[in-house]
Amino acid sequence: MTVDTSIDPNALHAAIDTALPEINASPDLAALDAIRVRFLGKKGLLTEAMKGLGKLPPEEKRTQGAVLHALRQKLEQVLEARRQALEAQALAQRLASEAVDITLPGRRQAMGSLHPVTLTLRRIEALLGQLGFAVAEGPEVEDDFHNFTALNIPESHPARAMHDTFYFDTHTLLRTHTSPVQIRAMEKQQPPLRVIAPGRVYRCDSDATHSPMFHQIEGLWVDESISFAHLKGVVQEFLRRFFERDDLSVRFRPSFFPFTEPSAEIDMSWGDGWLEIGGCGMVHPNVLAAVRIDAERYQGFAFGLGIERLTMLRYGIDDLRLFFENDLRFLEQFA
Amino acid sequence: MRFSEHWLRAWVNPALSAEQLGAQLTMAGLELDTLEPAAPPFSGVVVARILTVEPHPDADKLRVCKVDDGTGQPVQVVCGAPNARTGLMAAFARVGAQLPGGLAIKQARLRGVESFGMLCGADELGLSGYPDGLLELPADAPVGEDLRTYLDLDDHVIELDITPNRGDCLSILGLARETAAQNGLPLGGPTLAPVPARSDAAVRVTLSAPAACPRYCARVIEGLATDATTPLWLSERLRRSGLRPIHPIVDVTNYVMLELGQPLHAFDLDRLQGGLEVRLAHAGESLTALDGQTLNLEANMLVIADGQGPIALAGIIGGQDSGVRAGTNRIVLESAYFSPEALAGRARRLGLSTDAAYRFERGTDPELPRTAIERATQLLCEMFGGTPGPVVEVSQPEHLPMRRPILLRRARIERLLGFTLTDAEVEGILTRLGMQLTPAKEGWRVIAPSHRHDLTIEADLIEELARMHGYDKLPARLPMTELAIQPRPEQRMDLDELRERLVTLGYREVITYSFVDTLLLEKLTPHHPPMVLANPISSEMAAMRTTLWAGLIHTLRYNLNRQQERVRIFESGLRFIKSEEGLKQEPMFAGLVFGDALPEQWGNQARQADFFDLKGDLEAIFELGGLQRRVQWTRAHHPALHPGLSAHLLLDGEELGWAGVLHPSLEKALDLPGQVLLFELHQPLLLQRHVPRYQAVSRFPVIRRDLALLVPDAVSSSEVLACLREQAPAFLRKVEVFDVYRGHGVPDTFTSIAIRLILQDNERTLSDIDVDGLIATMLARLQARFGITLRT
Repeated sequence: MTVDTSIDPNALHAAIDTALPEINASPDLAALDAIRVRFLGKKGLLTEAMKGLGKLPPEEKRTQGAVLHALRQKLEQVLEARRQALEAQALAQRLASEAVDITLPGRRQAMGSLHPVTLTLRRIEALLGQLGFAVAEGPEVEDDFHNFTALNIPESHPARAMHDTFYFDTHTLLRTHTSPVQIRAMEKQQPPLRVIAPGRVYRCDSDATHSPMFHQIEGLWVDESISFAHLKGVVQEFLRRFFERDDLSVRFRPSFFPFTEPSAEIDMSWGDGWLEIGGCGMVHPNVLAAVRIDAERYQGFAFGLGIERLTMLRYGIDDLRLFFENDLRFLEQFA
Repeated sequence: MRFSEHWLRAWVNPALSAEQLGAQLTMAGLELDTLEPAAPPFSGVVVARILTVEPHPDADKLRVCKVDDGTGQPVQVVCGAPNARTGLMAAFARVGAQLPGGLAIKQARLRGVESFGMLCGADELGLSGYPDGLLELPADAPVGEDLRTYLDLDDHVIELDITPNRGDCLSILGLARETAAQNGLPLGGPTLAPVPARSDAAVRVTLSAPAACPRYCARVIEGLATDATTPLWLSERLRRSGLRPIHPIVDVTNYVMLELGQPLHAFDLDRLQGGLEVRLAHAGESLTALDGQTLNLEANMLVIADGQGPIALAGIIGGQDSGVRAGTNRIVLESAYFSPEALAGRARRLGLSTDAAYRFERGTDPELPRTAIERATQLLCEMFGGTPGPVVEVSQPEHLPMRRPILLRRARIERLLGFTLTDAEVEGILTRLGMQLTPAKEGWRVIAPSHRHDLTIEADLIEELARMHGYDKLPARLPMTELAIQPRPEQRMDLDELRERLVTLGYREVITYSFVDTLLLEKLTPHHPPMVLANPISSEMAAMRTTLWAGLIHTLRYNLNRQQERVRIFESGLRFIKSEEGLKQEPMFAGLVFGDALPEQWGNQARQADFFDLKGDLEAIFELGGLQRRVQWTRAHHPALHPGLSAHLLLDGEELGWAGVLHPSLEKALDLPGQVLLFELHQPLLLQRHVPRYQAVSRFPVIRRDLALLVPDAVSSSEVLACLREQAPAFLRKVEVFDVYRGHGVPDTFTSIAIRLILQDNERTLSDIDVDGLIATMLARLQARFGITLRT
C-alpha cells in the first residue's frame, strides 16, 4: 500500500464507511484486529492521517484534527462493540462445548456400611450413655464362677448342662450371657456403679430362631436406693426412645432368674400382642455377697436385652440367620 | 404344665373368662403358652348304641348298622369302621349334624344302601389321644345325650410355662391355690380324707440315704379288679393334660400327680422280694426301666431296691419287672419326698425325661406324700375295689427341708420396690399365700408354707408382695442422682471412629462366628494351635478363631458364590491365642479386600486392588490417631501371606499386626478365584490417639528440591527416607517419595527413586547455601551407607 500523506477527509470517510460493515461481519478476533491495524496500527490510515496533521497550518490543523479525532472515536467504538460481541460469542461457544451430562454418576470409591447389630449397639450406648452408663467389657471365654456360680446359678442348674453351654473343659466355657461382666464390674469397683456390657454370647442351639452366637447388652445400676420403680422407669424410657414411640407399652411380668429377686420378663407391645425382649430384676443379695458388696447397704437392678431381637424389630428383619451370613446384599441396606 | 380349664374350675372358679384367667396367670408369673378349645366346634353328635351290624350287599368293607340314638326309632347307617359291633356305644352324627371342618351330615345312599347319619371316629370329631376306628364310649353312656355334654367338650386346654422356682404350680392344686389367692377366693376341690386300713398287709421300708430321701410312704392294696377300665372322666382329664391312658392303676397315679403335684409309683406286689430300701446305687448295678431301656446306674443315683436289687430309679422311672401289668391285683403304692439335689441332672444324664423327675427336680411339697397316697387309695378303691393296708410312713425329720422364719422389714419393702404397701395389704397378701406371720419390731417374721420352698430370703417375700399387688401397678420412675460428667480421654479413640473411617474407605462391616473350622485355622495360623470346643455344633464351628481372617475368608467365599465380584469387608472382635501365660483374648481389627480397587464406573480404567491400595487404606486409618509416622512396615514371614507382598507392622517396635496378600498356595487350596488382600491389627494399639500440639506456621518461603536417586535393590525406600531424615535440621519439613522407576536408563539391579524435599525455616528465608550444604551432606551419607548416587 502506498502511503498517502495527504489528508483527504472524504476518502478517509469513505474508507471508514466501507470498513464498518466489514467490522460487524468480522468472524473472529483476528479478523477484527486486522481491520483495527489497517486504520489504527502504526501505519494505519487514520494514524498516518493524524501524523500528517503536523504539516498543516494551525487553523486547518484544528478543524482537520477534530474531524480525524471524531472518526477515530467512532471507529474505536465500533471495534470495541464488535470485540465484546465476538468474545461473548466465543465464551458462549466454549461453555456450550464444555457442557456435560450432569446426570452421569460421580466418580469415587464406593462407601461401605456398618453391620445392623453395630447400629443397634451404638444407638443403645448413646441412649443409655445419657444416663451415665459406662461401657464395660469382659472375656468371651469365661470360667464357670463368673458365668454361673457368682450369679447364684447352682451346680445342678440345667443351664449348666453341655446341652446349653459350650465347654472347653469342666470349668472353662463360652459365656452364655453378658451377666458375668456385671460380676467383673462389681469385683473391680464398689458402688455406686452404672455400667452397660454389650457383647457376643453363645449357646448350643442352632435353628431358624436360634443362633449359637448372638449379642446381648447387660445393664447394671447399683447404689444405695436404686429400686424396682427405677428399673421400670429406666427400661421403659429406654425402649420408648429406642423405638421412637412415646406410646410404646412396656410390660413387666413376674419371672425367675437365679441372679435377680424380684425378677421380671420385659414385654413390649407389638402389633396386636406382646413380645418378650429381655429379662431384668433387682440384683440378688447372693450375687452382691459373691462380689463382697454389702447387700444391706447397696441394692440395684440389672437387665439384659437381646440385640438381634431389637435390631429385627427396629429394621424389619425377619430372619435371624441373616445377621451372620454377611451377604453383601443384606449388609448394603444399612448404609 | 398342661391342664383342663374345667378341672381347675372344679377347685376354684373365679368370675373370669378363660382368656382373662390366662392373662391373670401370666401376670402372676405363670406364663400362658396356649389356650385352646378341648374340641373344635361341632353339633348334632349324640351317644348311640349299635343294635345290629349286617354285611353290605355290594361292598366288602362297608357294613349296615342299626343304631339307637335315643329317638325311639332304630336308625340305619352305613359304616366302614372295623370296630363297629353289636352293643358298642358310639358317637353318632345325626342327619343335620355339623362336624369340624364344615362337614354337614346329610341322608346319603352308599353303594345302593340308604344311610341316615354317620358313626364317628375321634379324629372326625377333632379329638386327639384316642385309638383309630369308631370312638368307643363306656357301656353306661346315656343313649341320646349330646356328646359335647357327655364328654364335657366345651372346655379349654391351657398350657402354662412354669419357671423352675415354681414347682408348686405343676399341679391343679398348686394352680388352684394361686388362683384362689389372686382372686381372694376359698380353695375348693375334692374332700381329701384318709382311707382307713382294711387289712394288715404292709411292706417294710428302710431309708438308707436319708438326705436324699427323708420321707417315704408305702401302702399295700390288694384285691384290685383286673378287668376294670379307667373311667371316662378320668381318662379325659389325663388326655387334656397331654397324657394317654395306659393302665387303670397307672392312670390313677398319674391323675393324682397332676391333681396334687406328688408323683406316685405302683409296684406289683407279686413281683417284689422282701422289703423296700431307698439307697444309692452300687457300682455296676443296672435296671431295665419301664420303657425297656437298660440303665447303667452310677453311684450318685438313688434307687428303690427290694431283696434282689434295684426295682426303680427313685423319682425318675420305675423298673419293668416290678411294674403293674394286665392282671396285676396287688400293689404297693409309693409316695415319697426326694430332695431336688439328689435328683438334679440324673434323668438327663440317662437320656430320660419323665413327669416325675421334672417335678422332683423342681422340688415337691415334703408334707404331701401322705395326702397323696390317701387320695390315690381313695380313687383306686372307689373305682377298682381293693382292700388297703395301713400307710407305712418312714421319715427322717432332720433331713426334711427346714422352714425357717424370714424377717420381713417394713422399710425394706419400700426401699426395694420404691413403693409403700400398708401393713394390712402386706398381711393380706402373705396370708392369702398361706404364710404364717408373727409381728416383729421392724415388720414380721414369716414362715412360708411347705410347698413354697422357693421362699427363703426377705427379697423373695418382697417379690411375692410385688407379684400379688401386680407388677403393672408398681410405679415407674427415673432415678434422681447427682449429675457427673464421665471421663473421655482424648488419647483413646472410639472403635466407632475407626469403623467409620473404614466405611468411608469402602469397607462393609461383618460379624462372623467366633468358632470356625479347625482345618482352615491350621492353614492360616499353623503356629497357633487353637482352643477347641468339647461340644461343638459341627466341625466347621469347633475351634476358637486365632485370626479374624478365617471368618472373613468364609464370608468372601459366601459372597463370591452369590455373584459378588468385589468384596471389601472388615470385622472387629476377639481372637483367642493359647500361650504359656494362659489364654489371650485379644481384640483385633481385621479386613479383607478382593477385586477391583474402585467399583466399575465410567471414565475410570478398571484395576485390581494391590498391596499399595491396602497400604493406603491402612495409612488412612493410622492417620486418624496420628500414628502414621510411628508405624514401621517390616518384612517378615507369616505362613498365610505372600512373602514378598506382606508386611509385619510395628508401632514403636511393638507388634501392631500384619498386612498383605494371601499366600498363593493358600489361595489355590481355598479355591479362591484371585488375589486376596488381608490385614489384622491389635485394637488397643490402633486406638491410641495423638493429642495435637500446635506449631507456629512459618511466614518464610518454601523451597522444594527433587532428588532422583539410583538405589540398589537391596535397599528399601524407608531406609533411604530414614537416612535422609537423620540429623536433619529443623527446616527440613518433609521428605517424600514421589516417583519410583525401573527400566530403560536405570541399571538392572537398581531402582530410581525420586525424592521430594520440602524446606522452610521459621525464622528466616533459606539461602541456596543452606540447601546445597544440606543436600551435599545427605548425598554423601547415602553414598557411604548404601552406595546410592544421583541419577544423571
